[in-house]
Amino acid sequence: MVFTEDKLKKVQEIIARYPDGKQKSALIPVLHLAQEEFGGWLSAEAMDYVASLLSIEPIEVYEVATFYSMYNLKPVGRYLFEVCQTGPCMLNGSDQIIDYIKEKLGIGVGETTSDGLFTLKTVECLGACGYAPMMQLGKHFREHLTREKVDQIIEECRSRATSMN
Amino acid sequence: MGRKLLLEKAHVEGIRTYDVYRREGGYASVEKALKNMSPDQVTEEVKKSGLRGRGGAGFPTGMKWSFLAKPEGVPRYLVCNADESEPGTFKDRYLMEFIPHLLIEGLIVASYALGSSRTYIYIRGEYAWIPDILEQAIAEANANGWLGKNILGTGFDCQIYVQRGAGAYICGEETALIESLEGKRGNPRIKPPFPAVKGLWDCPTVVNNVETLAAVVPIINLGGEEYVKIGVGKSTGTKLISACGNINKPGVYEIDMTISVEEFIYSDEYCGGVPNGKKLKACIPGGSSVPILPANLLFKTAKGDTRMMNYESLSDGGFATGTMMGSGGFIVLDEDQCVVRHTLTLARFYRHESCGQCSPCREGTGWMEKILKNIEYGKGKMSDIDLLWDIQRKIEGNTICPLGDAAAWPVAAAIRHFRDEFEWHVLNPVESQQRNFGLAHYADPRPVPATA
Ligand SMILES: Cc1cc2nc3c(=O)[nH]c(=O)nc-3n(C[C@H](O)[C@H](O)[C@H](O)COP(=O)(O)O)c2cc1C
Ligand code: SF4
Ligand code: FES
Repeated sequence: MVFTEDKLKKVQEIIARYPDGKQKSALIPVLHLAQEEFGGWLSAEAMDYVASLLSIEPIEVYEVATFYSMYNLKPVGRYLFEVCQTGPCMLNGSDQIIDYIKEKLGIGVGETTSDGLFTLKTVECLGACGYAPMMQLGKHFREHLTREKVDQIIEECRSRATSMN
Repeated sequence: MGRKLLLEKAHVEGIRTYDVYRREGGYASVEKALKNMSPDQVTEEVKKSGLRGRGGAGFPTGMKWSFLAKPEGVPRYLVCNADESEPGTFKDRYLMEFIPHLLIEGLIVASYALGSSRTYIYIRGEYAWIPDILEQAIAEANANGWLGKNILGTGFDCQIYVQRGAGAYICGEETALIESLEGKRGNPRIKPPFPAVKGLWDCPTVVNNVETLAAVVPIINLGGEEYVKIGVGKSTGTKLISACGNINKPGVYEIDMTISVEEFIYSDEYCGGVPNGKKLKACIPGGSSVPILPANLLFKTAKGDTRMMNYESLSDGGFATGTMMGSGGFIVLDEDQCVVRHTLTLARFYRHESCGQCSPCREGTGWMEKILKNIEYGKGKMSDIDLLWDIQRKIEGNTICPLGDAAAWPVAAAIRHFRDEFEWHVLNPVESQQRNFGLAHYADPRPVPATA
């Protein structure tokens, strides 16, 4: 488990943002890189690797990885649906959207479809309250969700997965 | 039409790019400040402007800057708080997405005033596409000589870096943010020492909100005295409001703080009213942690005055009958919404986001969620309502950081103003699962006490 040359260069760039000796500050950004690179989640092995890159103790990495909600400490499906369920989204029907996704994919919250394609997670306010209901999918937000939009997104993911295989 | 200082140019075609931004007058404040003013003069101007922090607490920005310790030979840091995670709030995102150079410009001027040569923007991790936009703007500013070494020949060096968080509301609290920026868990620090003395890597540090730093641009361009004239009283300048919930036109609006709450909700220039002809039941005007108000206290204060969209008027009546401007996250609930359910989602949010350092916050937020869940799902007892009240009282003021208060206030205000609705859930465990309590008397005019 190692980074590509490109990623290693990126790590050096990140470390250069801080004064000398403060490379621990790079931990959160480098964990993002590791999660992207190593299949969407952080295994103990991945965390140990990050510790060695930044010359810090593995425990310092575990402490951080377990604190922040964006790090997945278990494997997740290729497409992670993170649906916001906080007040303002609830006022605009996020509960119904979550129910619909559960029904459509046949999974509960926190579960992954048997083909390994989709994981459903509920999350707290993502800063898109005016464009509710919404979810995060990868780097971007999907907003103003309706049942039809959810259908479209699922289709889009399925066809992307097929073309990548 | 109110005066706009921040978003006036936000929709000019191509404003995200340096060339267009510059053509529209961008970076004039950097020229003015660096060429004609000393750092202390910049701070003076910000003091004169009366600008109050836009992150939620409303602390005077100029005063905060003047508290920054300046020991010889120790670096000082400016950190921009772009963690924006308070439910209902999405204004900073809007500003960064549409007019990123405005923030970069404000950051350069503020960095000059404070003597920060390494300035960081700490942005919530979920806004994963925005760092690309900001880094593009920073690269353009570097290429055009606004950042880097010896800017405009003044001898001032400055670089701006974007740091992504990874999902934790608590990292919006300034000392938790600093911990996070040091590569640690976001556990707030005990104050004092304050960041102004001992902040990032134990150096003097100022943390300011995105909107606060962007506002420095018009303040320098217009001068502090002109800025004061926009707005009213201690609510100077303009404020971004992110409006959401049950309204026709959710979105981000810049207001000059001289309009009434009623106009903000019903005028077509802003929220455009409540959809489907429904009536307004309640509103949380400043982000999830400020008190919820029923319709009848929202438009008029207890004294019978028109309630305005500014710091003083929103907080008129204290917590008994008023609320707060907070972060400007404006959440509207129509007559079909259940206040118990809405409060439950907020309680769950705070339980999820508590960092767990203080027992009253860690345990109390969990208990409040559990009790609210019981009441919402028809399993509550009358005594639960008093128990909830008791728990929130015991959290407030007894914790390291204000997240404890932020978790307590929404529950307190919901019980204070909507106790009937809580009681109805308890007394009608079956019916409350099938329908909502509705508008009830929450929009009825309140008797105004005769003035002595
Ligand atoms: C729990 C908690 C969360 C906060 N979240 C934010 C936030 O997301 N953005 C922000 O600017 N300030 C936030 N604040 C306020 C900051 O601690 C700090 O006061 C602010 O960034 C100062 O900037 P300002 O004076 O420009 O408002 C939060 C405070 C608390 C207690
Ligand atoms: S009040 Fe809550 S969030 Fe703040 S330090 Fe204490 S436990 Fe952490
Ligand atoms: S409540 Fe869902 S994005 Fe804010």
